[in-house]
Amino acid sequence: MELRSNAPEGPIETAWERHRFDMKLVNPANKRKFTVLVVGTGLAGGSAAATLAELGYNVKAFCFQDSPRRAHSIAAQGGINAAKNYQGDGDSIYRLFYDTVKGGDFRSRERNVYRLAQLSVEIIDQAAAQGVPFAREYGGLLANRSFGGAQVSRTFYARGQTGQQLLLGCYQALSRQIDAGNVEMHARTEMLELIVDNGRARGIVTRDLLTGKIDTHFGDAVILATGGYGNAYFLSTNAMGSNATAAWRAHRKGALFANPCYTQIHPTCIPVHGTHQSKLTLMSESLRNDGRVWVPKKKEDCGKDPRKIPESDRDYYLERKYPAFGNLVPRDIASRSAKEVCDEGRGVGPEVDGRRLGVYLDFADAIERLGEDAVRDRYGNLFEMYERITDENPYKTPMRIYPAVHYTMGGLWVDYNLQSTIPGLFVLGEANFSDHGANRLGASALMQGLADGYFVIPYTLGNYLGHHGREILANTVDASSASTKAAVGDVEARIEKLLGIGGKKSPDHFHRRLGQIMWDKCGMARNKAGLEEALVEIPKLREEFYSNLAVPGSGDDFNQTLVKATRVADFLEIGELMVRDALNREESAGGHFREEHQTPEGEARRDDENFTYVAAWEFNGVGVEPTLHKEQLEFEYVKLTQRSYK
Amino acid sequence: MKITLHVWRQKSAKDRGDFETHRLDDVSADSSFLEMLDQLNDGLVEQGREPVAFDHDCREGICGACGMVINGYAHGPRALTTACQLHMREFGDGDEIWIEPWRAKAFPVIKDLAVDRSAFDRIIGAGGYVSVNTGSAPDANEIAIPKKIADQAMDAATCIGCGACVAACPNASAMLFTSAKVSHLGMLPQGQVERFDRVRNMVAQHDAEGFGGCTNHGECEAACPKGISLEWIARMNRDFLKAMVAERDTVSAR
Ligand SMILES: Cc1cc2nc3c(=O)[nH]c(=O)nc-3n(C[C@H](O)[C@H](O)[C@H](O)COP(=O)(O)OP(=O)(O)OC[C@H]3O[C@@H](n4cnc5c(N)ncnc54)[C@H](O)[C@@H]3O)c2cc1C
Ligand code: SF4
Ligand code: FES
Repeated sequence: MELRSNAPEGPIETAWERHRFDMKLVNPANKRKFTVLVVGTGLAGGSAAATLAELGYNVKAFCFQDSPRRAHSIAAQGGINAAKNYQGDGDSIYRLFYDTVKGGDFRSRERNVYRLAQLSVEIIDQAAAQGVPFAREYGGLLANRSFGGAQVSRTFYARGQTGQQLLLGCYQALSRQIDAGNVEMHARTEMLELIVDNGRARGIVTRDLLTGKIDTHFGDAVILATGGYGNAYFLSTNAMGSNATAAWRAHRKGALFANPCYTQIHPTCIPVHGTHQSKLTLMSESLRNDGRVWVPKKKEDCGKDPRKIPESDRDYYLERKYPAFGNLVPRDIASRSAKEVCDEGRGVGPEVDGRRLGVYLDFADAIERLGEDAVRDRYGNLFEMYERITDENPYKTPMRIYPAVHYTMGGLWVDYNLQSTIPGLFVLGEANFSDHGANRLGASALMQGLADGYFVIPYTLGNYLGHHGREILANTVDASSASTKAAVGDVEARIEKLLGIGGKKSPDHFHRRLGQIMWDKCGMARNKAGLEEALVEIPKLREEFYSNLAVPGSGDDFNQTLVKATRVADFLEIGELMVRDALNREESAGGHFREEHQTPEGEARRDDENFTYVAAWEFNGVGVEPTLHKEQLEFEYVKLTQRSYK
Repeated sequence: MKITLHVWRQKSAKDRGDFETHRLDDVSADSSFLEMLDQLNDGLVEQGREPVAFDHDCREGICGACGMVINGYAHGPRALTTACQLHMREFGDGDEIWIEPWRAKAFPVIKDLAVDRSAFDRIIGAGGYVSVNTGSAPDANEIAIPKKIADQAMDAATCIGCGACVAACPNASAMLFTSAKVSHLGMLPQGQVERFDRVRNMVAQHDAEGFGGCTNHGECEAACPKGISLEWIARMNRDFLKAMVAERDTVSAR
């Protein structure tokens, strides 16, 4: 299979504009003839569903929560980037493009990223028009902050609740279309299989989470916007329900999965408190703008009250190692540095399993410089959340933070049009692999999800239907089609199997164990031996899952254990692919750090000669080695350099 | 710590439901309330019994999915805190804890502690938006908004749609929720064009869903995990009156 990006050639600045002109349009009267299935109504799917409905398509949308307003996107705190240059501090579309490619450690497609930077500007306009209450200056204009390693202030925010406000804007637009009858919304409905007919994505098999009813839905194109797979690690900052099932099922049906090993470990999360921990809480990265990260110089001090440790005995290790960026180095570097000092035995906080895994994020200087009120104004809600969880007051004693799994840059492979390797299957938002390369910069996921949904898919979907619409409409797919029957049969068999094992352990039990393997062997630092062990352990765990899983209750009511079991079953497969990809990538790039590939100073070492490609995997069966396909990345505009933040 | 739980169990909306008692002997004070329920559920599953159903997702107090009445309080005893952000250190060793679902006609029970809050989505659908299609927006800085107004709109916009206000209200009114959205958009210049239609339509939908009227008990404000203020209800009522007057005027002018 040859992977073609389908990105337009010629000058990058006008590529999207030319592409838009070259694409086919569907005339307004014909749009009504097409039905589009949108799975997932977070920022990416919600914005797509609303916009496509506004344009006149029939839209059916799906989410597993009880309302689109609760998608995981709601939890994003820090902000959204846009190259508005409202602050006049030297930002531009080109700079955002450049920063994103560099931040991604030169493992993304230039033309996609350039388009993303261009569209960023329109997102802010759209959101403001919807009534998203962005933070403002006293003059009434929009405020910005610098965020996550950027040297310009280009991040727009709504207190510490940017994702919430953007999602509400998008949900409100979607609600308007639902009320108008243009979108048929199916909440509490989980997609469990994709229907591919005649080589095209034409439908999905769903389960109504309340009644257990297995249903089919058909359309002329299918859009997946189902979020990331970070919960393969069990503990992560993702919402409890975030899962990989939709993407994984599409992968099994032929969609290639790209760069699964690229996972982002976020440096500022609240450390694990104990064995019953169910998820980890992010403390927005914006805290690093004013907080200083340190650990004691001496191991003996690690158990002491931090306020009693004199300045001379503290190691502000980020400021020491990276004087130019200091506490604002990119996420992967900040995370790895925290792991290093903790591995040296200089971690702080209570011991969990005999180790202290935490570093201080100290606001004492900021409070002295700005006053407690100003600090409260900026971070009040985060400080409150921290106190609620840890019972410690961060105005008085330094916060403790530790890295946690946060985001997955990998995902289903898509071309410039956001189409997967299955014609008619489009993938948006965190679920696709596209724009962040090996590491995502802060405040860029919201931007990408909304760019995909509001501004890319409305055009590229039209182009697809413009070209193939007639053929698609002529080929009816319904409940009696062989492809449908096979897909439904598969879903029914899976459910029956999970209900019938009759073992002793809950789905969470297996999920936790998978998470431990992933975190230990495919986490912040990876090596060949560990990855090879994981490749033995995961299939073993999968076997145990299918022989000792307990799912009480039945398949025809609200059975949350069954829902969890279907998701864990898929995590047990995707986990293995993540490990394989990590093993294949014999270099360190962004969120993927192979211990064998580092400089003498311990920095990541890329191998541009051999690995400047997107690794896209083809499914060949469970436990069977997948086939690797490569999309070579070309860099015409950005010069490949070793990232340096010193 | 050791605790005794009395948890509401109800198979479906049609079932009567009753409390079921469980003891947990080793709960960590650092666990969240929902982690404590996970612990209970894991135990039940391993005994082959059905776990307690409850909604939750973000566990960060932002998605609004969780919600249960704990010892008589919606979201439990701690002010400004969702059930998922409540921690076991709020309770004492040996405590008895009573857990029930939201109870309101407009929120039918699905199972155990999970209820159907889709009425909220329909209230938003009735007018809780600004009608602006994608792509038609002017530059974001073309409309300056005084910081104070933007901040107040943000205060109202932080509502997470959890439904605790309804659960706490003796009339099961959803006026706090409705007024938060009406006010968020009604404060901003972008929301002016549809301001009066919005309030009229949203209030009509609120009533049609079977939520009760507001008689100023103020229980909603006390229960709200996001500190949504009663003043929004007063503001909405003023807008509603203006909307009714405006409608009468246009009708009589015809
Ligand atoms: C705590 C936290 C803070 C963050 N902060 C920021 C930030 O400040 N800035 C930033 O840019 N990014 C941030 N991110 C990242 C960003 O929030 C996400 O990457 C982004 O919101 C993902 O949006 P999405 O639309 O792709 O997916 P999601 O919001 O995850 O939505 C997925 C949707 O798919 C549905 N779904 C999933 N599976 C199925 C299925 N099988 N069937 C039916 N429906 C399904 C879900 O119901 C949901 O509607 C943060 C992430 C976290 C975890
Ligand atoms: S007003 Fe408060 S209690 Fe009511 S739904 Fe909103 S956040 Fe929940
Ligand atoms: S689980 Fe999201 S608010 Fe409680």
